[in-house]
Amino acid sequence: MSITRRTLIATAASLALAMGLQPAAAQTPGGDLVMISTQTPRHLNPTVQSGIATAVPGTQIFASPLRMDENWQPQPYLAKSWEWADDGLSLTLHLVEGARFHDGEPITSADVAFSIETIKANHPFKTMFAPVESIETPDDLTAVIRLSQPHPALILALSGALCPIIPEHVYGDGQDVASHPANAAPVGSGPFKLESFAPGEQITLVKNEDFFIEGRPYLDRIIIRLVRDTSAALLSMEAGDADIFPFLTTSQGISRLTDADGIEVTDQGYAAVGPINWLAFNMRSGPLAEKKVRQAIGYAIDRNFVTKALMRGVSAPQRSPIVESSPFFNADIPAYDFDLDKANALLDEAGFPMQGDQRFALTVDYIPGNDEQQRNVAEYLRSALGKVGIGIEVRTSADFPTWAQRVAAGDFEMTMDSVFNWGDPVIGVHRTYLTDNIRPVIWSNTQGYSNPKVDEILAAAAVELDEAKRKALYDEFQMIVGEDLPVYWINTLPYHTAYDARLGNVPVSIWGPMQSMDEVYWTEAR
Amino acid sequence: MGASGYILRRLGYGVILLLGVVVLNFLLIHAAPGDPAEVIAGEMGGATQEMMDKIRADYGLDKPLIVQLGLYLGGVVTGDLGESYFFNQPVIELIGARIVPTILLVVAAQMIAITLGVGMGVLAARRPQGAWSAFVSVFSTIGYAAPVFWTGLMLIILFASMLPLFPVEGMESARFSGGPILYALDVLHHLFLPALTLGIIFLAQYARLSRASMIDVLGADYVRTARAKGLSERKVTFKHALRNAVLPIMTVAGIQFGNLISGALLVETVFNWPGMGRLAFDSVLRRDYPTLLGVLFFAALMVVVANLLTDLGYRLADPRIRTGGSRK
Repeated sequence: MSITRRTLIATAASLALAMGLQPAAAQTPGGDLVMISTQTPRHLNPTVQSGIATAVPGTQIFASPLRMDENWQPQPYLAKSWEWADDGLSLTLHLVEGARFHDGEPITSADVAFSIETIKANHPFKTMFAPVESIETPDDLTAVIRLSQPHPALILALSGALCPIIPEHVYGDGQDVASHPANAAPVGSGPFKLESFAPGEQITLVKNEDFFIEGRPYLDRIIIRLVRDTSAALLSMEAGDADIFPFLTTSQGISRLTDADGIEVTDQGYAAVGPINWLAFNMRSGPLAEKKVRQAIGYAIDRNFVTKALMRGVSAPQRSPIVESSPFFNADIPAYDFDLDKANALLDEAGFPMQGDQRFALTVDYIPGNDEQQRNVAEYLRSALGKVGIGIEVRTSADFPTWAQRVAAGDFEMTMDSVFNWGDPVIGVHRTYLTDNIRPVIWSNTQGYSNPKVDEILAAAAVELDEAKRKALYDEFQMIVGEDLPVYWINTLPYHTAYDARLGNVPVSIWGPMQSMDEVYWTEAR
Repeated sequence: MGASGYILRRLGYGVILLLGVVVLNFLLIHAAPGDPAEVIAGEMGGATQEMMDKIRADYGLDKPLIVQLGLYLGGVVTGDLGESYFFNQPVIELIGARIVPTILLVVAAQMIAITLGVGMGVLAARRPQGAWSAFVSVFSTIGYAAPVFWTGLMLIILFASMLPLFPVEGMESARFSGGPILYALDVLHHLFLPALTLGIIFLAQYARLSRASMIDVLGADYVRTARAKGLSERKVTFKHALRNAVLPIMTVAGIQFGNLISGALLVETVFNWPGMGRLAFDSVLRRDYPTLLGVLFFAALMVVVANLLTDLGYRLADPRIRTGGSRK
């Protein structure tokens, strides 16, 4: 895409925003939105914390320079326009005038620079801003981000929960931002202000009357109730005590709320999260070090059985490291369609003949807590792989820390895992496949996978500004890992949003509920 | 021994007991597999090695266990329960916000259990072979045998879902607005099902105990004498017999306090009640050692205090104990 076209889109969109997009259905201003979260945030500052739990309230409290629409296109937010330099080594952001933090202080380019530097130093997704060399602030409303190398993922990294703009005059007081007291009592820049935060219980947000987009937000309050038990959450929705339940994953919950009167359910709004449920192989030693064994396992697993029978059709099969909703998905990646003959032949070729009724035995771990996506699939593997002579012992971890410790330490043979794409492959995909990311930390390359060609392609894709060329690089990457199979991708997590049918503009952008809800409104008074 | 000496001695035991509980809990928790830094990294969506090292250093997890124990004990003695690894907030503040809901739940459950349980038991004792007595026996057996989370779910299905009389979860309505009286009513409305759930298990025990105790007492000489004097059956039952029959119930009520708190853990989780039990449950899953140790410390403290109060109440109710056993 050319620079001129980009600027044009940005300007057009900012004009539309300035004129005030009118919601389609009749709207009633005000009202409270009671939201359910089954995840507990540690605090409310997404600059130092990834994850859904902090991102949902965090994006209401803090505005980001850009926001994304449902077509993966950046839209103006705190930045009314932006332009790349010809060499692709700097991006200039022009901030909206008159934007203020919740304490009344103006939001300036210095705050943007401070926020990006804070994220670069503290956020777990190091790749987001790693190429950022410096941020210049020629005036209060202009920030120039200088890069050491071209960095096409930067646009996405400036949106949603990935780049909240925090006040330097609060967080720049010398205290460690990761444990700053203001993380639990933030002074924000977004459409809603924090009214109260009861850790582990409830977050109450109120309308920011001084928000920089005229007439927004529509809602008076967002009350986020932290309900760990899904059954209680479902009953609350059915009883009308709660209005919106994002990140709903259980098939039973999805079908129950789909059938409930006055409740709508959508799977839109999770394209950028790109949550993949997969089976990871520890490739360091044993049969799993053999590519043919991993491929045989791929052929022996019936993804359709998993998604249709085990998950009652709410989940979609996933056969690539990049989710199908991403522009970088390659449909030509080997699918490993269920074929027991091929699986047996590959195992024979790999030098593991059937001895009695078994070739060899493996253990499989899983993340405890989400049985439908994890444990049930692990249990299914026992019978599925048993058919090709691989004895499976399902190893239970008492809780998440036990599982995490085993996987981080490499103390596993196979494990079920759930890992997110996080929008751009540089942010959420590379980490699993790069040789230099083999580290004793979960959600890194804990498989021990190393292919110099993959390292080379991913390095090139990270700096390729031409979208078509970048797509071609990721296509090649997917074909190689599809052949090497360091992990076997099974399905996408069936994230859904259930909401009161009287709500308008329910968040369906690629970031969905992890982006500002200033546009959400009630069609009837509540 | 005088009452003040007795109380002092019991307080001394209580302090030793609490310290023992702290040390034992500390060692048990650290023996469990799992690393708090991994949990925090998990919550963050991953972390670099440097971040993991920093987390461990910040929370002193890189120090030898005995040093960590010493530091923790030093803090406890000076009233500092440390900071939550998960929330980065003082544990005392997290517990402070939750201790009232837990006490509210436990006391309400205890009141339901004692009032209904003793009432049912007394009525059953008047006709031990009658239908009511059989009902009490069956009801209390089921109530005692049913797991508390099952009872909770059944009550939710019956009285919050099929018959939407009560709220499903929480301690207050999300959209609540109104004065203090309406607020109190709102909390009571939310309290009913969780308190009943927790009360039912203990109700069963009190019903059985008071039934047996009353049958025993109603057969005693002084009751026969009271009847012979021509006192009404009501006076005989409630004035003469019940006062004596209630003594074993008081003892059990004190001992049961610890069980009530552990039952509250499950009830709070089922009903999303914002108390210490749910905090304890979540803290185990997060390996949030300081918070978990803090909750256990307060739970132990509540049990010690409850037992002390029971003993004092017992001394008041039964003159034989107060005078140091004059009948020996």
